[in-house]
Amino acid sequence: MAKYDYDLLVIGSGPGGYVAGIRASQLGMKVGVIEKDKPGGVCLNIGCIPSKALIHQAHMFSHIKDLEDMGLKVDTSGFDYTKVFEKSRKAATDLSGGITFLLKKNKADYIVGEAKLTGPHQVTVDGNKKITAKNIMIATGSSPRSIPSFPIDEETIVTSNGALMTKKLPKKLLILGSGAIGMEFAYVWSSFGVEVEIVEIVDRVLPIEDDEIGKFIKKTFEKRGVKFHLGTMAKSLEKKDGKVNVTVSQGEQERVIETDMVLVAIGRAPNSQNLGLENLGIKTEKGFIRVGDYYRTNIPNIYAIGDVIHSPLLAHVASKEGEIAVEHMAGHKTDKKMDALLIPSAVYCEPQVASFGYNERTAKEAGIKFEKAVFPYRGAGKSVAIGCPEGMVKVLFDPKHKEILGAHIAGAQATELIHEILLAKKAELLPEDLATMVHAHPTLSEIIMEVMRTVEGWPIHA
Amino acid sequence: MAEKIEMVALSPTMEAGVIVKWSKKVGDEIKSGDVLCEVETDKATMEYESMDEGTLLSIIVDEGAEVPVGQLIAIIGEKDEDVSAIIEEAKKAPVKAEEKPAAKASEEKAPAKAVKQTSGSRPTSRSGKIKASPLARKMAEEAGVPLNSVDGTGPNGRIIKRDIEKAIADGPATQVASSMREQVIQVSKKRKIIAQRLAESKYGAPHYYLKLSINMENIIAARKQINAKAKEKLSMNAFIVKFVAEALRRHPQVNASWQGDTIVQFGQVDIGLAVAQPDGLITPVVRNCESKGIAAIDQDMKVLIDKALNNRLQPQEYTNATFTVSNLGSFGIEEFTAIINPPGAAILAIGKSEKTPIVTANDQIVIKPMMKVCLSCDHRVIDGAVGATFLKDLKDMMEDPIRVLL
Repeated sequence: MAKYDYDLLVIGSGPGGYVAGIRASQLGMKVGVIEKDKPGGVCLNIGCIPSKALIHQAHMFSHIKDLEDMGLKVDTSGFDYTKVFEKSRKAATDLSGGITFLLKKNKADYIVGEAKLTGPHQVTVDGNKKITAKNIMIATGSSPRSIPSFPIDEETIVTSNGALMTKKLPKKLLILGSGAIGMEFAYVWSSFGVEVEIVEIVDRVLPIEDDEIGKFIKKTFEKRGVKFHLGTMAKSLEKKDGKVNVTVSQGEQERVIETDMVLVAIGRAPNSQNLGLENLGIKTEKGFIRVGDYYRTNIPNIYAIGDVIHSPLLAHVASKEGEIAVEHMAGHKTDKKMDALLIPSAVYCEPQVASFGYNERTAKEAGIKFEKAVFPYRGAGKSVAIGCPEGMVKVLFDPKHKEILGAHIAGAQATELIHEILLAKKAELLPEDLATMVHAHPTLSEIIMEVMRTVEGWPIHA
Repeated sequence: MAEKIEMVALSPTMEAGVIVKWSKKVGDEIKSGDVLCEVETDKATMEYESMDEGTLLSIIVDEGAEVPVGQLIAIIGEKDEDVSAIIEEAKKAPVKAEEKPAAKASEEKAPAKAVKQTSGSRPTSRSGKIKASPLARKMAEEAGVPLNSVDGTGPNGRIIKRDIEKAIADGPATQVASSMREQVIQVSKKRKIIAQRLAESKYGAPHYYLKLSINMENIIAARKQINAKAKEKLSMNAFIVKFVAEALRRHPQVNASWQGDTIVQFGQVDIGLAVAQPDGLITPVVRNCESKGIAAIDQDMKVLIDKALNNRLQPQEYTNATFTVSNLGSFGIEEFTAIINPPGAAILAIGKSEKTPIVTANDQIVIKPMMKVCLSCDHRVIDGAVGATFLKDLKDMMEDPIRVLL
């Protein structure tokens, strides 16, 4: 009999856990994936996937005017947000079912229950069922962060969870935080006619993105009626007559914003509680599990990946981290960790935002010399043809060797377009390689070719 | 958690290093890649880069001290962390293998900057180009780092940016990889004999060398005239061999052999001509050159050389030359010295016939086709003046062929 029940037990079936589980199984390990909720984690059930379903519908709805431009008369009186909501849930349910199928197909056991570490090689499920494994991977993810002065009820004071589950739109929404989550909801709900205001503590929109991109997005959002309160802190709230009065302060000045609903989108916190970490002395830092190379905790056979460790809170990061950890367990040669400069970020509002690597602010902070090239969407005929001429792509590059340092795109299909530049960066291609590569015409990808020509000093359509 | 920083082997052969200088002081924030100190190894002074991050809590080894590889030299950890226990322990056991926490497994403890010898072969693309990213290529070109001296760590051994950065940091590689490869070749029997005989000759016969230049103007003209009317063209070597044979006939002391107790002066002039073969060299011998005309010599030579190139020479066709001629003029060689081919006592090395400005008797500079020759003589048989007279006569006859009739 084998020494352990499993070669690998994964706690959590989100995009980190299930991908790691499948990869481990492919590498010949006997794998169990434990999930206390629904397969697929936040991403599939109450994150990326349902939100993208909402965004897609918001996109269609906001382009009704385009249909009217063709002479169609569109009667929106029958609009029912509940139907929009139901569609988003169906996408989640469909894909969630797909996860159990994929795990089964790859011969990984799917175990339902709440897991707790009870030994370096042992997990206890639901307090009674003990399972042993050679290696254990913690992939428990994160939950929306809250602030004490804004007690969440998921009805009027909501996190992304409550916002995604809302069946009836409020008249007015106040969003705390202008990060990716806040901006995506701002886009969705304002598209459906909700009056949206955003309070952001720092002085820019999409604070982790490039400043110029943030400014551009702010402008397009303001055009559609979204109001921003930058450099502003939400202090307290008061519920009154079905309304919520939120007190905000900007410097010394305080004022009250009246709204129907508040979305707290100030970030996410790691799910490292109630896992039994303290039983084993697994170290955490501000709630994040501490890991070293290959995402190993201080217990050599226990790994942690995804939102529960201190790395970008992105599904694709969790998946990759899981892969690295599993490859390491299998004794394969692999990178010790992800290269932070090669992680794409994507914001699915309209226009979309996508980026990787250094932006002007972070490059300056890191003391990295750079030059930049910017090319407007309008310069590619396709963008005008499809009615999306607003947008820009910006590339930061090293003045000496022209190594690509970072790229930032705001505009239609930005989240798809970014990957050509990212591939170039990863393969260490130089701007001239993309500048001289033939791009089909007319495509939005021509913007990438043109910005690289701009790096080389010879843009054609600028 | 405090990290114990140990002396690492910064070169493959390093057993101990002297800490020349600490680049950081206690209390400094250390980032991975920061230079902690400079270490003098058995090869060079190198920078010791930290692989850990944190605050430098303690320096255990002072500047100037020599430390064996593996000994604790410093401690990095979190600010204000108590490391007195580690310091105490270090004092008790100066050299000790440590167990690392899991996250810093021992396999990663290899020094980041160890000078290593590059491993001969590079991954190449199907077109035979060394696999390297465009950025790596550009960086290598600008830094003057030859790509074939860099080990690639990218996908499938592709050379990427970090490899070039490492190569630049490491400085010139201790050994630049070559596109050639070392081979061990079995020595043929023939090669063994050649080696043995040449060594015997060079070590056994005291060689001395006589050099002079011969104006080939008249011979070239004569050969041209003869060949213009001949059915078969006569080679220049046939002319040279004939003149050498005539000179030997006149100087029999040179057409001789050292036999230990006796010197044999041969009764005929059998001239060997060195011919290169793929697996060695051979000297087919034209017999009785003293009695043969140029045309006959040329005919013999053609047959023999053809046989030599096809490995079909019989032993009697390549042994017992009384004198040997070796001509490397066709390779553009101006002059060279040859090893005597026993049993002969001398060999004539012929260089390229080349247009050369010479000063005439009445101080005019004229251009003449000059050929440098070098006579190697076995001093046991041929004294200097004898060899010199022979060579002078050869020169005079070749420059003024009518003298042969004198």
